[in-house]
Amino acid sequence: MTITHRLIAVAVLSLTPVAALAQPPSAAGSGAPRTTAPPPKAPATFGIGRPATPAEIAALDIDIGPDGAGLPPGRGTAADGAPIYAARCASCHGKTGKEGPNDVLVGRLPGDAFPFAKDPRAPKTIGSYWPYATTVFDYIRRAMPPDKPGSLRDDEVYNLVAFLLASNELIPQDAVVDAASLPKVKMPARDHFVPDTRGTPKASNRPKGQ
Amino acid sequence: MKVSRRDLLTGAAGVMALGKTAMAQAPTDPTKVRGKPSRALGQRAPTEKPLRQPRGATSSGTPHQDLYGTITPADLHFERHHGGVPEIDPKAYSLLIHGMVERPMVFTLADLKRFPAVSRVHFLECSGNFGGRGTATDLTPQQIAGLTSTSEWTGVPLATLFREVGASPKATWFLAEGQDAAVLTRSVPMSKAYDDALIAYGQNGEAIRPEQGYPARLFLPGWEGNASVKWLRRIEISDRPFMTREETSKYTDPMADGTARLFSFLMDARSLITYPAYPVTLTRGWVEINGIAWTGSGKIQRVDVSTDGGATWTPAKLQEPVLSKAHTRFRHLWDWTGGEAVIMSRAVDETGYAQPTKDVLIASRGTSSVGYHTNPITGWQIRSDGTVIFRPEPWA
Repeated sequence: MTITHRLIAVAVLSLTPVAALAQPPSAAGSGAPRTTAPPPKAPATFGIGRPATPAEIAALDIDIGPDGAGLPPGRGTAADGAPIYAARCASCHGKTGKEGPNDVLVGRLPGDAFPFAKDPRAPKTIGSYWPYATTVFDYIRRAMPPDKPGSLRDDEVYNLVAFLLASNELIPQDAVVDAASLPKVKMPARDHFVPDTRGTPKASNRPKGQ
Repeated sequence: MKVSRRDLLTGAAGVMALGKTAMAQAPTDPTKVRGKPSRALGQRAPTEKPLRQPRGATSSGTPHQDLYGTITPADLHFERHHGGVPEIDPKAYSLLIHGMVERPMVFTLADLKRFPAVSRVHFLECSGNFGGRGTATDLTPQQIAGLTSTSEWTGVPLATLFREVGASPKATWFLAEGQDAAVLTRSVPMSKAYDDALIAYGQNGEAIRPEQGYPARLFLPGWEGNASVKWLRRIEISDRPFMTREETSKYTDPMADGTARLFSFLMDARSLITYPAYPVTLTRGWVEINGIAWTGSGKIQRVDVSTDGGATWTPAKLQEPVLSKAHTRFRHLWDWTGGEAVIMSRAVDETGYAQPTKDVLIASRGTSSVGYHTNPITGWQIRSDGTVIFRPEPWA
């Protein structure tokens, strides 16, 4: 036995409770201490947290559903959106929405084709790829512009949405965009989107698909 | 999002300079100099400088080539964010859960920590984690697959919170919303909440790092990182998905058949040899080829290694314990006797899914998928002088 081993042995012995050493073997023969009660069952609720007030829900509940749920009062047109776009958006997305350098927003493909798996140059614009018009409102209002996110008023967002949808020839140039009209805008790419086809991760039903 | 060679070389030079300085200060015989006193916060050895590699301002990758084992040090966990990393006062933090619930509720961070907690080791991977699409050969494991990391995550099961608020049995989806400048939102099926989703506040034993969602985040084991919303401020329970920007115009997968997949959450099995890999130079003799494998479907069942470009394959040793939805280290002994060779690995998970080749992926996804869920078998070429380079497989 090396010195190190002896030191460890001494340390282990000195840490062992005397009572444990003196205890007779249990009925199970393991010598381990026995518990007297099972752990408590978890309650239905723990009573932790507090009720949310309607006001604090309303302050945060900004999402817009694909059916238009959550769209605020207000309206917008492409004509009113153009100057806002020029001032707040064009430096990243280009003068007409086609130039970049960031995401290209404007442009349709001939026949509304959907070649994105095969053609790396095909831009995924609002007109060519986005399946829901409501998403444009939701995203602009929550995240744009990056230098001052969340700073646009609802009417400014409606105007920008109208400008972008009209630029993509998804609505007429003089159309009014509001809570009633926006969910009705037909997006050319919508029907191309399908749920994940790989199946759920269980051995029994996992398809071979990639 | 690309990293230039100059960035890499500059980073490497910086590391070398630091290393030299530190080595110059180290005594020739440490037994003849009293060492440093204890201190409140530990630091890496000054000669060890593993670094994340920022790709622009919105992501940085884990340096897999510098790491051992399976746990990623928290300060080397990859980053991906869409509005920068927010600074959040933990005392002001709260999580609102509302929508199809009996009791809309607010939970402070202290509240979340009072619930029964669990700790689980899981990988987290950005679904855009593939950097080998071009013709470059000077790519490290970090550049090929730096956007995956593994941590021990601690938090409260989301199912516990959903019971607390009385989530409706009719609910099918919930929206998770972040408190960052992107106010990032994703829709998630309720079934994931009742399976294994967490609200995590701990990472490798300490508070989650700001880049990973401090003070609390959603964590969806095995699913694409974007859906595990960080800096979580709100959950709205509903009976339909919300069709947010991230889950429609981004993080969808155009397919060769003219469709595009929505809600492709699952991260499929993948493996990558992290040694030997660029920029290592091998010397002849025994080499322990090793790397990491992972799958969102559960446990890695097997990793095969080839040292002849895929002509023959041998099962590698898996480092125990093999954990579900976590990086698994694999090891394979190889006697490199010189000459050219291509080494590769392929993972098979417990569902029987096998990591695909590039050609199999292209047949399904087409040639120009933007790169979400791209998990091809990846090779490294050993040249006769021992230098190791990435073996590119151009996709176009």
